[in-house]
Amino acid sequence: MDFILDGFITAFHLLLSGNEETWSAVYATVYVSTLAILLTVLMGAPLGFLLGYCTFPGKRAVRLVVDTLLSFPTVVIGLIVYGLISRNGPLGDMGLLFTLQGIALGQVLLGLPVVIAMVANAVENADKRLQFTLLTLGADKAQQLAATLWEVRYHVMLATVAAYGRIVSEVGIAMMVGGNIKWHTRTITTAIALETGKGQFAMGVALGMVLMVVAFGVNISVSGLRRRAGR
Amino acid sequence: MHRFLLMLLLVALALPGAARAENPVLMMATTTSTDDTGLLDVLQPAFAADTGIDLRWTGVGTGKALELGKNCDVDVLLVHAPGAEKAFVEAGHGVNRVQLMYNDFVIVGPAADPAQVKGLSVRDALAKFAQTSTPFCSRGDDSGTHKKELGLWKEAGMAVPEKEAWYIQTGQGMLPTINVASEKGAYTLTDRGTFIKYEASHNGNPPMVILVEGDGALFNQYSGIAVNPEKCPNAKYDLAMKYIEWMASPATQKLIGEFSLMGKPLFVPNAGK
Repeated sequence: MDFILDGFITAFHLLLSGNEETWSAVYATVYVSTLAILLTVLMGAPLGFLLGYCTFPGKRAVRLVVDTLLSFPTVVIGLIVYGLISRNGPLGDMGLLFTLQGIALGQVLLGLPVVIAMVANAVENADKRLQFTLLTLGADKAQQLAATLWEVRYHVMLATVAAYGRIVSEVGIAMMVGGNIKWHTRTITTAIALETGKGQFAMGVALGMVLMVVAFGVNISVSGLRRRAGR
Repeated sequence: MHRFLLMLLLVALALPGAARAENPVLMMATTTSTDDTGLLDVLQPAFAADTGIDLRWTGVGTGKALELGKNCDVDVLLVHAPGAEKAFVEAGHGVNRVQLMYNDFVIVGPAADPAQVKGLSVRDALAKFAQTSTPFCSRGDDSGTHKKELGLWKEAGMAVPEKEAWYIQTGQGMLPTINVASEKGAYTLTDRGTFIKYEASHNGNPPMVILVEGDGALFNQYSGIAVNPEKCPNAKYDLAMKYIEWMASPATQKLIGEFSLMGKPLFVPNAGK
C-alpha cells in the first residue's frame, strides 16, 4: 500500500521538478487528445445534427449502429487503425503509424459515436418550435444547423466532455498504433502501463495523478466556458 | 475571439510536426529486454550525435518485431531469436543479419527455492517443475525468450506443459512476467540483462534470485537485421545499414560492454565474432 502514498509524493515531484520524461508524456497526451477531440466535435456535431434533425429511410438502423459503436472496444479500433495505416495498408503512404496523428485518428473513431449519439439525442429532443421559428425567419440550411447546435450547446459540451473522457484515458489504441515510443508517442496512459508492467507502481500511481490533473484541468476549463456562455 | 483562440490552438498543434521533420527518422522494432534495461537510452544519444539520425524504437517481443518488419512498418530490427531470424531472412523479409552482442538466459525463482532446482541443469530443473507441479511463468508472447523456453522444453524431451495448471502464460514483457512470477511464487526464464535491471529496481535485494545458470543451452544472441528494401520500398534501408554498422563499430561495441547496473555488465559485445 505504501506505493500509493509514494505515488502522490512522486507525482508532485515529477511535475514540479520539470521531469523531462513526464512532461514529454503529458505533452503527447494533451496533443493527441486535443487534436482528437477537435476533429471529433468538428465532424461529430454536424453528423449528430443530421442524424437527429433529418428523416431518411434507414435512420433507425443508423441510430442502432451508432449506439452500438458507443461500446466499440478500443483494442478493436486499435487493430483496425493499425491495419489501415500500416505501411502495407490502404493509408500506409501517409506514414501515420507510430505517430501522434495516428493515435489521434484512432481516438477520433472512439469519440465520434459518443458525440454523434448525444448530439442527435439533444437535437431530437430540442423544442420542436425552434425549427418552425428558424424557417419563418428565413434561415438557410447552414444557418439552421448553426442555430440548432447553438440551442443545444450544453449538450454538445456535455458530449465533448464525455468523448474527451474516453479519449484521454484510452490506452489500447495509443499502445498499438503509437508503439509507446519514448519522447514521441509515449502518452501518460501507455507510460502507466509500462511502469506498472515494470513493477514501478509508485511511478504508475504518480503518472495516474498527473493524468487526473490534466483531465480535471480540461473539465474545469470547459465548465468555465459553459458558465461564460450561459451568462 | 473564439476563432482566434481556435486558430492559435491549431497552429500550436501543427508546430511540433514541422519542428521534428528536420532529422531523418529511423524506426526500429526491438525486444523488451534492450528497451527495459535502458541500454537503448544510453546508446541513442551517441547514435544521434554521430549520425544525426533520429532513432525511434518500439519495444515488443521478437515475434512481434519480426511481424512489424514483415509488414514493412519498421526499418530495422534488434532481436534475439536466431532460428526465427534466419527464417525471416531466408523468406526475404530481411537482409544483412549481423550479430551484435549476447548475454545468457537464467532461470529465476523464489529465494526459498521450493522446487529445489538450484544448481541443476536446465533439463533437470524443467523436469523437476513438472514432477512437483511447481508454478512456472512463461512469457507466452512469441518473444525471443518465449521461443527459447519452448525450445528448452523440447531439448529436455518434454512436451510444452501448455494446459497444466502450474504453467502460467503471462502474455507480457519480461519485467512484468518476473513480477507475476514473484507474486505467485513461481519460477521463470529470463535474460540476464533484464534480471539485473530487476535486481537494481529492488536495490539489489530482490525476492527472486537466479537458480539455474551457466548451461550451454542458455546462450542468448542479439542481432540486427535490416528490413529488405526490395520487399518494402518505403523502408529506409540506408539508415538501417548505418545503424547496424554503427552498432558493430568498435566504439559502440565498447559502449555496449561498459553498460552495467550495480557493477554488473548486462550485455557482451560480439560483433564480427
